[in-house]
Amino acid sequence: MSSPSMVNAPMVTADMAARNRRDARNDRLFAWLLAACGMIVLATLVGAAGSTLWGGRDAFATFGWHFLISTEWDPGTDTYGALVPIFGTVVTALIALLIAVPVSFGISLFLTEVAPNWLRSPVGSAIELLAGIPSIIYGMWGLFIFSPFMSAHVKPWLINYMSTQPDDGKVAWIPAHVPFIGKLFTSQYPFGGGVLTAGIVLAIMVIPFISSVMREVFQTVPTRLKESAYALGSSTWEVVWDIVLPYTRSAVIGGIFLGLGRALGETMAVAFVLGNAFQLSASLLAPGSSIASAIANQFSEAAGLQKSALMALAFLLFVVTFIVLLIARMMLQRLATKEGR
Amino acid sequence: MASNNSLYLRRRIANIVALLLSSLATVVGLFFLAWILWETLRQGISALSPSLFTKITAYGEDGGLANAMVGSLLINFIGIAIATPIGVMAGMWLAEYANRSKLGASVRFLNDILLSAPSIVLGLFVYTIIVLPMKNLTDGAITFSGLAGGIALSLIALPVVVRTTDEMLRLVPSTLREAALSLGVPQWKLTMQILVRSARSGIITGILLALARISGETAPLLFTAFGNNYMSLNPIDKMASLPQVIYQYANDPGDKLHAIAWAGAFVVTMFVLLLSLGSRLLFARSKVSND
Repeated sequence: MSSPSMVNAPMVTADMAARNRRDARNDRLFAWLLAACGMIVLATLVGAAGSTLWGGRDAFATFGWHFLISTEWDPGTDTYGALVPIFGTVVTALIALLIAVPVSFGISLFLTEVAPNWLRSPVGSAIELLAGIPSIIYGMWGLFIFSPFMSAHVKPWLINYMSTQPDDGKVAWIPAHVPFIGKLFTSQYPFGGGVLTAGIVLAIMVIPFISSVMREVFQTVPTRLKESAYALGSSTWEVVWDIVLPYTRSAVIGGIFLGLGRALGETMAVAFVLGNAFQLSASLLAPGSSIASAIANQFSEAAGLQKSALMALAFLLFVVTFIVLLIARMMLQRLATKEGR
Repeated sequence: MASNNSLYLRRRIANIVALLLSSLATVVGLFFLAWILWETLRQGISALSPSLFTKITAYGEDGGLANAMVGSLLINFIGIAIATPIGVMAGMWLAEYANRSKLGASVRFLNDILLSAPSIVLGLFVYTIIVLPMKNLTDGAITFSGLAGGIALSLIALPVVVRTTDEMLRLVPSTLREAALSLGVPQWKLTMQILVRSARSGIITGILLALARISGETAPLLFTAFGNNYMSLNPIDKMASLPQVIYQYANDPGDKLHAIAWAGAFVVTMFVLLLSLGSRLLFARSKVSND
């Protein structure tokens, strides 16, 4: 840093020297103040992990490793196991990715290669608008609009054609011949919510995140590379699949992990449609529970060991999302390094 | 020749199918956006009434959301008032002081992670460091509070402000810094009076985006601000907020409460969308004027 002390010596009067000293002192103070603010970011992350671990210490101490593999969650006997909410969190997030990744890929392909120029910016902004809608709105829509839609139209169809126990007793070809699939779509509940519904709502929520990352990185592919492929006679699809996707692979995976991180930690949308049932079920149509929804539903009324168990759940959630997001950011940085940024 | 033709045909068909599917994916995305917005508009507008803005939630089905709206404004204001100075200064530190240091790089990296960290865990963090100690210190007189809710929201707004400030400052041409430093301007003056001014609209955009982000947050408020059926302007008292009342009413079996919840959802959505639209316009205009 060039500092005022570099001014030629003969010109320095006592007045100026005092001013230089003052400036230097202010500079140091200012730098310390800013650095302290930067450290608050670190403190928040460490504090969030530390406070939930501290809050969950009773649950970890009481149940040990059993906490992770027990399916029992019973405030009556004060026994708590985390497997049901962990299972619900993972399954809903996986369903969300299964739907959101191909759709996001399609959207970013459309926006970078297919759509005419005048259409790209408005459609892109509209999709990004989805990211701005608060999650509680997704929750309400999921509960009052989408769940009834699922129970009226989608669920009967799935039970009829995919379940080993359809209402009319006639098992369709797919569940009769493909093992395990029948179990996924068996349900006695009239409620339209459940694991599948929550997964779909989550998918809609993470599509804008994944597609905006994909779209952004697709645009970083050098035009020269793409044009070379076109000149050799490639079709648009071949250019995207063989040139664009390999070039951006790490960032695309990063974007997908970013979406996964969002889906794992999402609370409100899931709390509304998942049904909040503490039971392990293979069926995608059955209600379930996720870590975040369990905390949202129970924490205010919980006390003692139950509160500690919920804190322990929060700690697990935080650590897992932290790792997922860490991978996401590292993957995204890899492309940025390649770009020389 | 024949096999050559069939290969060509296959490639063309694969191309057309892929491009059609990608258009379909876009239509699906837009369809859900339209569906969600349409239902929020339809259900929300039909439930709008003057009493929504004048009556409090204590009246239940015959009440409104006045206390929740005031509470939301207050909590959001506290959140932004805390996150803005800290976030802007942390962003300055990243861009101007720690741009090339290892520590700065890792803080920038971790800030991006905090950006998508689960908000409910941040709510529990604030519960542990604010709500519980307050309760213990005051023997239970003060437990949940609007202040705690605001602090929880500030942790969610913070990474947004940090990131935009950092990015906007790094866009300021370095010639500006060199010119000021060569005139003997100390670095703190350079940062506060020159760089911030030239990146001002970008930083304000970031603050507006952060406000939009926290206005719809529900999960961290459930166990920090908690909720209150009466009007409360006292920041260390329990405080209602729109998202929390929406959550409570939507889980209630009463149809009339559902209608009020939809009206609240409509208000929140409009607020958030107008904010993000406004910040986009502001940013677009500043870009044009800089060119």
